[in-house]
Amino acid sequence: MGEEVKLFRTWSSPFALRIVWALKIKGIEYETVFEDLSNKSPLLLQYNPVHKKVPILVHNGRPIAESLVILEYIDETWKQGPLLPKDPYERAMARFWAKFGDDKVLTSIWSVFIKQGKEQEEALVATMENLKFLEEEMKGKKFFGGERIGYVDLALGCLANLISIFEEIVGLKIVDEEKLPLFYSWMQNFAEAPIIRDNWPPRDKMIVKFQALLDAAIASSSSS
Amino acid sequence: MAEEIILLDFWPSMFGMKVRIALAEKGLKYERKEEDLLNKSPLLLEMNPIHKKVPVLIHNGKPICESQIIVQYIDEVWKDKSPLLPSDPYERAKARFWADYIDKKLHLLGGKLWRTKGEEQEASKKEYLECLKLLEEELGDKPYFGGENFGFVDLTLMPYFSWLHVFEIATNFSVEVERPKLITWSKRCMERDSVSTSLPDHQKLYDFFLQLKKWHGIE
Repeated sequence: MGEEVKLFRTWSSPFALRIVWALKIKGIEYETVFEDLSNKSPLLLQYNPVHKKVPILVHNGRPIAESLVILEYIDETWKQGPLLPKDPYERAMARFWAKFGDDKVLTSIWSVFIKQGKEQEEALVATMENLKFLEEEMKGKKFFGGERIGYVDLALGCLANLISIFEEIVGLKIVDEEKLPLFYSWMQNFAEAPIIRDNWPPRDKMIVKFQALLDAAIASSSSS
Repeated sequence: MAEEIILLDFWPSMFGMKVRIALAEKGLKYERKEEDLLNKSPLLLEMNPIHKKVPVLIHNGKPICESQIIVQYIDEVWKDKSPLLPSDPYERAKARFWADYIDKKLHLLGGKLWRTKGEEQEASKKEYLECLKLLEEELGDKPYFGGENFGFVDLTLMPYFSWLHVFEIATNFSVEVERPKLITWSKRCMERDSVSTSLPDHQKLYDFFLQLKKWHGIE
C-alpha cells in the first residue's frame, strides 16, 4: 500500500523535531512542508483549525496535531523501533516524564532565558529542582528509554541543544556538569546519537533567532 | 491474583472524577481515600512527590499520577472490558487530541469564569462558549464523542459539566440555551451508573464553590 506521510513544520520548532526524529528512527519516508508562521498556509489552517500550529503529521490525507499525540500515533502505526515500552506501568511512567518535561521543565528553562532579575533567579531555582528529578530518573541508564532512545528522550530531546544555546545567549550556566552529571551526560549522548546529530537546525541561525526573541522581550518589558 | 487498587482523591476534583468514571466503567473494586488538600497525607506526598496532587492511582503498591495517564493505564491493564480508547490508531489520536484540548482550555477558562468580574468575566464566558461550540461540532450527531460507545473524551468532558452547572448559577449564563446538543449528550452520559455515581451532588458542589470563593477572597 502506498503510504503518504507529510510533516508540516518550521525550521526551528523543537516540537516538530520530535516528529522528525521519530520518523527517522522508524525509517519512515516522508515529505516536509515548511511553514512560515507569520503567513500560515491554507493547508495548515485546514489541517489544524483548532490550534493553527505546527507540527502536523498528515498520513494518507488524515491530519494529526499535538506532538506527543503524533508520537503515540507513529508508534502505534509503525511497529518497528518501538518508542514506548510494552508494559502498561512503564508506559504510564514514560508519559508522566514527557508531560513533566512539557509542563514544568521546558517552562522553567524558558523563563530562565526570557526573564530578568528576580524572576530569572526564581526560574533558575525551579529549573534546578525540576532537573534534579530527571537526574534521579537517569540512574543506571544511558537514555531515559534505557539502552535505546525512546519516547521520553524524544520529548525532552530539544533541551540537549536549546540549553547550550540559551546559556550562550544569556551568559548563565543552566546545567552544571558537577551538579547534574547524569543529565549532562544524557544531553551529550543524545545530541551526538547519529539520527539526532544529523537533524539539529543550524546553530548560528538558532542563536540569531533566540537573541532576537530575547531582545524583543526586554524591549517590551522596559517600555511597559 | 488479588488486585489492590487505591485512589487518592478529592471529591470536587474534575480530575478525580475522570478516574472514578474510568474505574466504574471497568467494574473495578477500589479503596477511595479522601485527601484534605490543606493537610496532605504522608501517603500522597510519598506517592506523588513531584506534584503533590490528586488524583493518584496506587495499583498493587505502585503509583500512577496525572489523570489522563491514569485513565490510559486503566484502559491498558484492564483491556478486556469496556474499552475507553478506540482500537484504530487514528481514532485514538483524535481522542487524545480532544481530551488534551478539554483539559487545557476548559480548565483554564473555568478558573477565569469565577475569578474575574465585569468585562473580563464576559470575555471568559464568550471564550468558554466558543470552546463548547467546537466540542459540539466535534460531537456532531454521534451519541458519544467516541461514536456508539462512551469513551475517553466523554469521561474527560463530563466532570467539567458538573462544574459548569455551578458556573451557570454563579455567573448567570446558560449552556442549555447556547449549546443544546451538548446538554443532550451530558444527560445521556448521566444515565450511565459509572458517571452518575462518580460525579458529586450539584448542591454539595455549589456549597463547596461558595467556600472556595471565600478562601480566595472573591465576592
